[in-house]
Amino acid sequence: MNPKTPSKLEKILASGQLAVTSECGPPRGSNGDAITKKAEMIKDYVDAINITDNQTSVARLCSLAAVIRLKLMGLEPILQMVTRDRNRIALQSDILGAASFDINNILCLSGDHQQFGDHPQAQNVFDIDSMQLIQTVRHMRDEGKFLGGDDIDKPPQMFVGAAANPFADPFEIRARRLAKKIAAGVEFIQTQCIYNLDKFELWMEQIRDRGLHEKVYILAGVTPFKSAGMAKYMKNRVPGMDVPDEVVKRMSGVPKEKQAEEGINICVESIQRLKEVEGVNGFHIMAIEWEEKVPEIAKRSGLLPRP
Amino acid sequence: MIVAERKPLDEIIEFIKDCKKILIVGCNECVTVCYAGGKKEVAVLASALKMAFLKEEKELEITEVTLERQCDQEYLEEIRDIIDQYDAVVSMACGVGVQFMAEKYLSIPIYPALNTLFMGVTEERGVWAERCQGCGQCILGQTAGICPISRCAKRLLNGPCGGSTKGKCEINKELDCAWQLIIDRLKELGRLDDYEKLIPIKDWSTERSGGPRRIVREDLQQ
Repeated sequence: MNPKTPSKLEKILASGQLAVTSECGPPRGSNGDAITKKAEMIKDYVDAINITDNQTSVARLCSLAAVIRLKLMGLEPILQMVTRDRNRIALQSDILGAASFDINNILCLSGDHQQFGDHPQAQNVFDIDSMQLIQTVRHMRDEGKFLGGDDIDKPPQMFVGAAANPFADPFEIRARRLAKKIAAGVEFIQTQCIYNLDKFELWMEQIRDRGLHEKVYILAGVTPFKSAGMAKYMKNRVPGMDVPDEVVKRMSGVPKEKQAEEGINICVESIQRLKEVEGVNGFHIMAIEWEEKVPEIAKRSGLLPRP
Repeated sequence: MIVAERKPLDEIIEFIKDCKKILIVGCNECVTVCYAGGKKEVAVLASALKMAFLKEEKELEITEVTLERQCDQEYLEEIRDIIDQYDAVVSMACGVGVQFMAEKYLSIPIYPALNTLFMGVTEERGVWAERCQGCGQCILGQTAGICPISRCAKRLLNGPCGGSTKGKCEINKELDCAWQLIIDRLKELGRLDDYEKLIPIKDWSTERSGGPRRIVREDLQQ
């Protein structure tokens, strides 16, 4: 696939190299240094950095301002955008705002329901869904037009991504759902955290059976456990997460002070196994509030040096 | 039908605490079917209010009436001759009925006794659930007869989201995932391929967003 945008991430993927992305969550306040500090820790070990958009529906500093900060540091940000909080007017407006700072990557999401956050009384918007946000960005970029039909002066040049959860129910439509996102125009996928590798490989098999891996770049998502408690929490409390019992057992089987190390070991082993899966084009390392571990994970997984 | 439930008694008492004589008006339509504002519920509310006033050593005279409908002028007219005798009216209709009564009777306070919730069905005895949000452009033909706008917490037109787990919604384990239902039914109909058809961005101008809605049928106007 030839690159269609100035995105560095797209260039790396198009060259056939494994790409590495990671993410930073913005702070709960106006302290912009919090973002630059996190980015400093990981910048030399990844190709692009996602900034999450009010994840888990907790109000935070906005992803748009945070990606601009990264861009001004000379980094390659991925703007995450959820359709929960903005209608099509605000979404298009923010996309143009990002494009004006040469932000070249976007991740289109619907967003967690507000019930999970700190403002459960809020109205949600969902004027469009994540599939339709993919269509919207492609329409703006490729047709140079707003959804309303008017021309855009200097259309955004964005490489368009979305999430995929290989583990959500119903499993039988997982490949169909990805096909639908591809039909909508998605160009790269970052998956939900993978702990159940067998099931992920089954999903990839379905993807390959339909030839979908040739139409979209797939970055496998991984998140290291900090503790056995975190593994249990992810297993039981986080919707759409599939943490097999063996993994929880392995985490609980080591003494508390060694659990963080074991979490990193599991993460590195997962990456090494997933590297061999045909159709996996890279990794999205989500070290939640543990960004300082990204360099070690990337290094031990043989993902360094970055281009 | 329109599904509603009664407000807490204290909230209703707060409306009428200074009244001596009130009229409680029930409605014989939807709110009777969902046991919220029919003749029986009017009687229950009347005695509860009387008891509450008695406890405070206050008197309250109550007349109970249940109209055929409160969303129709002709039935609302039935109380025109008596309404002036009262300090206030407590309507046990849905929000539509309460408002229409307030539009008809300008000089007397009208208070709602119900919270109006949704357009829905009786799933089983004592259980009502939402089925329609009146978006003004029905998409049930594309979604196997199951509405993701009223039944998906994110009203996703191309769902399910990543939070669908074992057929249930991420926000509540009691709640069916609308997209699981759609997929199951598409499968049943032998039309699972239809799942891959993208539902286009919706025109919400016929929904609440477009402002208060109105239908004018000239063929029916005199």
